[in-house]
Amino acid sequence: MTAKIKEFPGVGLRESDFTERKVLFTEWKPDARYAWDAGVAIGRYLAELKEGRIIGVRCHHCRRTVVPPRIFCEWCFRPMDEWVYLEDHGVVNTFSICYVQWDMERLEEPLIPAVIEIAGASKGVGILHLLGEVDPREVKIGMKVKAVWKPAAERIGAITDIRYFKPIN
Amino acid sequence: MGLRKVAVVGAGMTKFVRRAQETGKELAYEAAKMALDSCELTLDDVDGVALGTAPDAFDGVHMKGEYLSDGAGAWRKPFMRSYVGGGTGVFAPIQGWYHVASGLFDVCLVVCEEKMSSCQPHPQGAFLTIFDHTTERPLGPNLLWIFALEMNRYMQTYGLQKKDIALVSVKNKRNAADHPCALLGDPNITVEDVLKSEVLAWPVQRLDVSPVTDGAVALVLAAENVAKRITDKPVWIKGVGWSLDTAYWTNRDLYYPKYVEYAARMAYEMAGIREPRKEIHIVEPYDPFDYKELHHLEGLLLADKGEAPRLTAEGVTARTGNMPVCPSGGLLGVGNPIAAAGLMKVAEIFWQLRGEAGKRQVPGKPITGLAQAWGDLMQVGTVIILGIGG
Repeated sequence: MTAKIKEFPGVGLRESDFTERKVLFTEWKPDARYAWDAGVAIGRYLAELKEGRIIGVRCHHCRRTVVPPRIFCEWCFRPMDEWVYLEDHGVVNTFSICYVQWDMERLEEPLIPAVIEIAGASKGVGILHLLGEVDPREVKIGMKVKAVWKPAAERIGAITDIRYFKPIN
Repeated sequence: MGLRKVAVVGAGMTKFVRRAQETGKELAYEAAKMALDSCELTLDDVDGVALGTAPDAFDGVHMKGEYLSDGAGAWRKPFMRSYVGGGTGVFAPIQGWYHVASGLFDVCLVVCEEKMSSCQPHPQGAFLTIFDHTTERPLGPNLLWIFALEMNRYMQTYGLQKKDIALVSVKNKRNAADHPCALLGDPNITVEDVLKSEVLAWPVQRLDVSPVTDGAVALVLAAENVAKRITDKPVWIKGVGWSLDTAYWTNRDLYYPKYVEYAARMAYEMAGIREPRKEIHIVEPYDPFDYKELHHLEGLLLADKGEAPRLTAEGVTARTGNMPVCPSGGLLGVGNPIAAAGLMKVAEIFWQLRGEAGKRQVPGKPITGLAQAWGDLMQVGTVIILGIGG
């Protein structure tokens, strides 16, 4: 009954209360390390990226081709039917021009993350990646972009084997 | 369905602050105790406790639900902890509802607590792990990306401008100036202020975003026979709904939250609501970012697709408008202690329908209200409809 209550509990602290140790606190830095298995579907995806190719999967029942690949169709809940090589170009579905990193440190040069609809996949199906070799002011939704690959010798089987996508005419 | 009627009979909350002196357990206690006191119940009257709070990594406390349990009033009681991302604050009362509706409990205490300030240097360090560890995290994402990408897609689809969306931030922060627990209420903020604020991840600017916050909120739910003994103003839970979309978020169009529509349709059907725009009088949609309020009004079928900005510009969603939206001040104004923020919205509907919202009270004696929350990887919609009478 907010109208009836005059004083609510909760004491707000200032940053200086911590920096000047006006309040007591404890700290802990976890050493949390993980090694994630890529799995069956993404394992193949990464292996193909190492070869300079983007691969997706097709479900005949739902008549759709998706990327990143998965071993099952989450719509009809049966195994995917086939692997399908896709193009290494596509269309910008949406993008951002990001001036901060995760800890809110400012970036000198903005990152341009984008969802890129990959040619050969079903309409609207894309992956998350970065755009490069483009003036941030020139980026548009609907812009055609192409993968810029690392040289074969530097590719390790990772999403970063594609450096970024750049505009094409 | 053979379900019992369930009422909200009490509510409590702490102030929402950037950094609370209290521990999470202490915040949970303050809110839970206030909720019980508000309906003159004690812990002995509570049959079970439903808790909503963020994953353990957020606080660096494994089995955080158990850590919080004493503060949430769960000593030697059936205790459940749920988490569906930002959708938690509306899911926790849904969980409490089904435990009472099923006949298992007569009284269920629902507590949502969040202490975001503990995670150093920024709670985004915990949020980050929402992205796929193999296909997305190597690209160096931060949480703002998903909002920026979604907001841009929404703006592009309907040809919207930043100034159309900034109106939401202005409305909510102004509304919050009348909330005694608000962190970011500002009676004088203007659209210009929002448009001039720092660009974080275009199109997201500083004042488009809700703040990192600590706080707790609690509700008391009771079965019909108990509720009528406790209060002459029970607020009934008329309908609930929730739905989860695919985690392959780059495979769907972000311009429209289909999963919110599914959750809303489930809740409307249960509540017997056929014309939501006429029958829902007051709305608390989830607004961690200003465009999200608009996105959600459309997903809730309370505005035509792409039309929510126009309703905002015309004042329909103002506190004194035909369909007040976020009269509390929302997450943008009151603050965003994740799970607690969602439950704050349900508490606001409770106070508004009882006519106890003080300076925030909407005119016209509303009888039906809706609260909604959203979260995970732009995936989950949780909806609850409250009403008086009937």
